[in-house]
Amino acid sequence: MTSYIGKPVRRKEDRRMIQGLATYVDDIELSDLCHVAILRSPHAHARITSIDRSAALAHAGVIDVVSGEDTKHIGTVPVASAVPPDKRTPRTPVLAEHKVRFVGEPVAAVVATTKEAARDALELVAVDYDVLPAASSPEAALRPGAPILHEGVDTNLAFEWKLEGGELTWKEASERAERVLEQRMENQRLAPIPMEPRGVIARFDPGRGEITLWTSTQIPHLVRTFVAIQLGIPETKLRVIAPDVGGGFGSKLNVYREEGLLCFLAQRTRKPVKWIERRTENFQATIHGRGQVGNVKVAFTAEGKILGIHYDVLADLGAYHQLLTPAMPAITGLMLSGSYAIPHITIRVKGVFTNRMSTDAYRGAGRPEATFIVERIADMVAAELEMDPVELRRANFPRAFPYKTATGLTYDSGDYVKALDKALQVSDYRGLRRAQEEARDKGRLFGIGLSSYVEICALGPSGAMPTGGFGWESATVKVHPTGSVTVMSGASPHGQGQETSFAQIAADMLGLDIEDVQVKHGDTGTMQYGVGTFGSRATAVGGTALYQALEQVIAKAKRLAAHLLGAPVAGVRFENGKFSANGRVLTFGEVAFAAHGAAKLPPGDTPGLEATSFFEPSNFTFPFGSHVCVVEVDAETGEVEILRYFAVDDCGKVINPLLVDGQVHGGIAQGLGQALFERVVYDDEGQLLTGTLMDYALPKAHQLPRFTTERTETPSPVNPLGVKGVGEAGTIGSTPALVNAVVDALAPLGVKHVDMPLTPERVWNAIEEAKRARGGVS
Amino acid sequence: MIPTSFEYAAPASLNQALALLQKYGEDAKILTGGHSLIPLMKLRLARPSMVIDLRKIKRLSGIHRKQFEPEKPVGLEIGAATTHAEIQRSEVVHKGWPLLSETAGEIGDMQVRNAGTIGGSVVHADPAADWPAALLACGATLVLAGLQGERTVPAEDFFVGLMESAIRPGEILVAIRFPARAKGSSGAYRKLAQSASGFALTGVAVELSVGDGQIATARVGITGVAEKAYRPRRTEEALVGCTLAEDAIRNACAFAAEGIEPLADIHASARYRAHLARVLTRRATLAAVERARGSKR
Repeated sequence: MTSYIGKPVRRKEDRRMIQGLATYVDDIELSDLCHVAILRSPHAHARITSIDRSAALAHAGVIDVVSGEDTKHIGTVPVASAVPPDKRTPRTPVLAEHKVRFVGEPVAAVVATTKEAARDALELVAVDYDVLPAASSPEAALRPGAPILHEGVDTNLAFEWKLEGGELTWKEASERAERVLEQRMENQRLAPIPMEPRGVIARFDPGRGEITLWTSTQIPHLVRTFVAIQLGIPETKLRVIAPDVGGGFGSKLNVYREEGLLCFLAQRTRKPVKWIERRTENFQATIHGRGQVGNVKVAFTAEGKILGIHYDVLADLGAYHQLLTPAMPAITGLMLSGSYAIPHITIRVKGVFTNRMSTDAYRGAGRPEATFIVERIADMVAAELEMDPVELRRANFPRAFPYKTATGLTYDSGDYVKALDKALQVSDYRGLRRAQEEARDKGRLFGIGLSSYVEICALGPSGAMPTGGFGWESATVKVHPTGSVTVMSGASPHGQGQETSFAQIAADMLGLDIEDVQVKHGDTGTMQYGVGTFGSRATAVGGTALYQALEQVIAKAKRLAAHLLGAPVAGVRFENGKFSANGRVLTFGEVAFAAHGAAKLPPGDTPGLEATSFFEPSNFTFPFGSHVCVVEVDAETGEVEILRYFAVDDCGKVINPLLVDGQVHGGIAQGLGQALFERVVYDDEGQLLTGTLMDYALPKAHQLPRFTTERTETPSPVNPLGVKGVGEAGTIGSTPALVNAVVDALAPLGVKHVDMPLTPERVWNAIEEAKRARGGVS
Repeated sequence: MIPTSFEYAAPASLNQALALLQKYGEDAKILTGGHSLIPLMKLRLARPSMVIDLRKIKRLSGIHRKQFEPEKPVGLEIGAATTHAEIQRSEVVHKGWPLLSETAGEIGDMQVRNAGTIGGSVVHADPAADWPAALLACGATLVLAGLQGERTVPAEDFFVGLMESAIRPGEILVAIRFPARAKGSSGAYRKLAQSASGFALTGVAVELSVGDGQIATARVGITGVAEKAYRPRRTEEALVGCTLAEDAIRNACAFAAEGIEPLADIHASARYRAHLARVLTRRATLAAVERARGSKR
């Protein structure tokens, strides 16, 4: 009866998005709306000695100016990371209190009748700073005598965390190994850069004592809970709305200072207030991702069997914890087995406070870091043993599923060989290797890179969540009397397309036209509690909640139809939107109308036709795939040209291949961005040197090749839809594929590793160093 | 991203624009494409009280073949407010001055090329802008107008330092003149772009002529490497009379960064910029030689 699931249905969202009819926070106008501008610290580390707001208050149009003194009663910006349990958690104030700890930290806020007046008045707030030395990198922050960010303790170490497991110990693994390789690896700091920066509007209704908060977020319900706690008000007094959200990539899976601050300003001024983040503020004060640098050791046999991984890593946390900051290295640790059966894994993390913006979840959130390490290891070991990297991977894949890793995860289902074989086939891997030989004969630097990733999606069983809970998702199905349907999802899609894919699921299960299904989300005032969209969970967890709610609706409708048709429930067939029994047929709409008319209900049944369902998953899901990247390196300039890119992804059952391709394409581009272009740079004083898009390089269309995307389909046993999730796969698979390809291209010169991003100069340096090491002339 | 408040004027004649410029002095800024000015204003690094938009002044736009002096061959004049895209698309430019087409096509991205102007770029004197290299290689002359009249300045005297040109307060760049090109000559531009901004980490423009199996004349302009675009004189001298063999050209190009103090920033070290200057000078020279030989056949 499937008529939509599995089909490339065009996005229902597209019309309003493409025609400029979407409503983002900045599109919302309210009468008497005032504007907020935020004064931010120009220093990485300084004591605030005085703030004089008098000139700003005297500026035409200015209504109010507040600083940390006014907001100190507001609770800390929350941390919701259960791991590590014994971490240090300093207070994160909405406006700096006595001290600033990173460039861009909010110090004061101006409310004015126009955004121009607010911006002009910012310059009139006079702040005196006593500038302190900065702990500008995790290495610097741990040195003896380093400047201490948070008083009361004499170290910048926020936590140490260790995960160790497997059937062997590290000692056994390294003793049994033919060799142990060691390599410093860095996952550099990245900026998520959603197209829409953050934005917040708060309106206070003094009559009801209620606040409405519009915010560009991935998690409106959690924002409501946490901001209500911060403000010390009941959740009933706060309604949070995520309108159309122009991308998040994890950066909006957070609770930010500006949310609590604007609620406070709305209460204080009795005016609705709006703050829209500028791009430079987005670079300074929206979370960054990655920021892990460490030393990895790998023990392996002469046959290429990996026996153990031992990873010591510094996590650059930034100045404060944001919502999930401390959890990121833990996810890296959990995923260090990659798509391989590895008998021992150790990760030892030092989480370090630095005078920089916080790191947190950025597309992939811990998994790209792990995958980069494991996939680089796979290639390094293959190179060391002069094995084809394909064979090395094959030799280490787990063959039976579910597979339990040394880190304690249980991979739900998989067929890694099949995905790899398909990638080899669509890329004509053998042909590529022949082309490489010919190219090498001519002195060209031609490289082929593989990456066989696995990732953890459908976050997740509540008890196993790094948040210590909130792993479930909810859905409500409301059938209207004429038979059209509103789906209300607790997830909060912001570009992924669930308004379409959830409509496909509902239309198929109810036998309706997709136009008769409306999907709503993101308003805590009108719908059941939900968790949000992140961790590639919305379809696998939220879609399953929807599936359950639809089943409940169908069951109730079936009882009513049976009653109306004079047949036992078991005798009623429901197919293609029609209930039939005894040779008679009722449409879904007729039954919906009868449910609301309620003149002839089955005994004991209630009027109406709607259901709400909460789904708690029994496990995560583990999508996987193999990517092949082909590059040529300009030996003189170090420039990398991506010639071809092949991705074979397995995200379980596919609801909408168009959406899946879109996610994969965008993900690959972002992952290649990390590999080639992107990095957040702070200098030794903690100044942010990449504060605009003129200095922070995002991948652009003309720098990328056409991607070839293919799939294998291994259903997940974890949910009835068999889906796994695909939001982050491209980002996770592509980064190591590109780096492996470049290292492969440079292999004839003796290059073994290059740090990301692989800028032309870094690649050129690697070439020059390799030449020098071989005694050649540069 | 809100600039400080400012007045805006879009005069229809050059004289009106010059009068406004005199009236507001240093508080005025000239707008043609706005790609440098507007971001600076939004970041409040530029705070003009008056913005004078020159785009309505007819004389400042367009591409014309022109005889600059009696009995001299016909050259090319490009109005200062002409967009990069117009230059890139111009048949006249493409046929007669391929180096300029190529340079225009390497600037920024399509939006930048559609709005940004050659004059705006040149007067801004960004050390990594593309045009200065081409202007030096072509031996261009800049036509500057003031209330007292017009004067011309050769490109090599125009670029003075980091974001600093020879334009005087109260002057407006009217046009850029490119002299006629000899038979058997051609040019090429080779660039490695800074991947965020699209500006040149290093950009090399070469204009040369070929005769008797050797390079007869050569001018080279290099941008992105030093605090202003420059001509590598020793390389130019070594190229004149150089055979067309790659090794000979390589040797000549080894001096491309000689005597220069290359810039260093987060995007590239001084050493790498100097290296790129040598590599890209050779590549641009080889491409120009190839084209020059093609044009003679």
